[in-house]
Amino acid sequence: MTPNLVAIAYLIASVLFILSLRGLSHPTTARRGNAAGIAGMILAVLTTFAITRRADIGLAMLAAGGVIGVVIARRVQMTQMPELVAAMHSLVGMAAVLIAVAIVSDPAAFGVAVPIPVGNRIELFVGTIVGAVTFSGSVIAFGKLAGLGRYGRIFSSAPVTFRGQHWVNLALGVAMIGYGTGFVNAAPAAPWLPFLTMTALAFLLGVLIIIPIGGADMPVVISMLNSYSGWAAAGIGFSLNNAMLIIAGSLVGSSGAILSYIMCRAMNRSFFSVILGGFGAAEGVFAGGAAHRTVKAGSPDDAAFLLRNAESVVVVPGYGLAVGRAQHAVKEMADRLTALGVRVRYAIHPVAGRMPGHMNVLLAEADVPYDQVVEMENINADFGATDVAFVLGANDVVNPLAEQPGSPIYGMPILEAHKARTVLVNKRSMAAGYAGVDNPLFYMDRTMMVFGDAKKVVEDIVKALE
Amino acid sequence: MTNLVDPLIINITVFVLAVFVGYHVVWNVTPALHTPLMSVTNAISSVVIVGAILAAGSGTAGVGPFVGAVAVALVAINTFGGFLVTERMLDMFRKKERKPPR
Repeated sequence: MTPNLVAIAYLIASVLFILSLRGLSHPTTARRGNAAGIAGMILAVLTTFAITRRADIGLAMLAAGGVIGVVIARRVQMTQMPELVAAMHSLVGMAAVLIAVAIVSDPAAFGVAVPIPVGNRIELFVGTIVGAVTFSGSVIAFGKLAGLGRYGRIFSSAPVTFRGQHWVNLALGVAMIGYGTGFVNAAPAAPWLPFLTMTALAFLLGVLIIIPIGGADMPVVISMLNSYSGWAAAGIGFSLNNAMLIIAGSLVGSSGAILSYIMCRAMNRSFFSVILGGFGAAEGVFAGGAAHRTVKAGSPDDAAFLLRNAESVVVVPGYGLAVGRAQHAVKEMADRLTALGVRVRYAIHPVAGRMPGHMNVLLAEADVPYDQVVEMENINADFGATDVAFVLGANDVVNPLAEQPGSPIYGMPILEAHKARTVLVNKRSMAAGYAGVDNPLFYMDRTMMVFGDAKKVVEDIVKALE
Repeated sequence: MTNLVDPLIINITVFVLAVFVGYHVVWNVTPALHTPLMSVTNAISSVVIVGAILAAGSGTAGVGPFVGAVAVALVAINTFGGFLVTERMLDMFRKKERKPPR
């Protein structure tokens, strides 16, 4: 293939990648979008095999990795999506580092001039550190999300902090940039010492910037690493002068950045306060303060009675629902209520679940029709006219304190479940949520608490509705 | 102009335009599909496999072919797994009435 033909094939692949994201604007076009992405990837890979000097090793490795990928994609549970995505980010980061090593080792094989010009070295420097931080940061994020805390404190979902942490990170960052500059200015014969030292420091920095971030901030972290993995891919595109890699990487980078922004906004946290970490340490601290206030508790039968006699019900699912694997039971409850003439909808907060859009996937898995699932901005106006808001395993996202100046979560956008005529809340206990803030919703006269495991409670409600 | 434009400038041009396209396309993604968005972008970023294939097939004496081969295997997990798991999720978002009766 001539270089021009290759460039055109890569251009077509780039357009297909853009169309792939475009398709996700609506569930009905999303599958076509994914097909476009697959087509783009096949074109890109085939074109590359056509121009490489030896295809055999690459093909064997592609098959090996492909089999692993297929097995994982088939077996993974929807509740494990955040871990899977984190693991995949780490692979892109590692691949970027390895490709950079290959380029430094033999620039001519990639069409890079020998000795490597300063411009290409700067590209390699930036691409490598972003890739390395993506790799090690994602490994830590994976550990936190997969609950590997028992295997090592660095994987603990609680923030890991130590004195002078920010200074250590700053010093590491400065040293990393120092060695990177050393690599840019190194003699052509001796690039390895500064290059590898810089890479090692970047791996270490990736670990250190993720360990202080608590479990509640995981949706931001995972979006941020998504963004980094894109920038790492774009960095490799710069080094290889490959426009397709730059385009694909930039699409992914901006996508992750936008998701990080959306997640931060949904928690009313600034990006930097998330990155600097330590949030979530206060978990449960304020929980005891509520002892003197009384809550009204009821049985699943009482809840079933309220639900049966309602005209409209809005279910507010939180992560507790997913942990308890209660989605299917909730769907059954909704079906029974619908059969009784009750209008059932679901209200989704942007940070429900462990990653952006996670709760939507979990509900879709339980066959909940997506047109019954309503985003926060679109349902808040309806709570006033709702007979029963049923809060299942959610806490901070329905805390009315967010509307009170001076409270720790002031300004966080919430689902206004407290405006419903009756509020049902299922929780395991009275413990505070991630933010460690007590929730006045539980003490309202119109609120009835139904304590217990989400799945068990909902199943009992289903029985009572029979 | 007699001098050619530095490839770096062309790369930066492509980069800036692609970021703009990404920005506008991603804001149009419905929030309900943010998880599939993340898994599909993951699959798309695995296009770095192109660089890994070139490294694996470079046929030179250094570490290049070896690290390239490792990179191909690692990132192929994303290439296949990313698109496949996205497909799995999007299947769940299909209109329920189109499903065959059970």
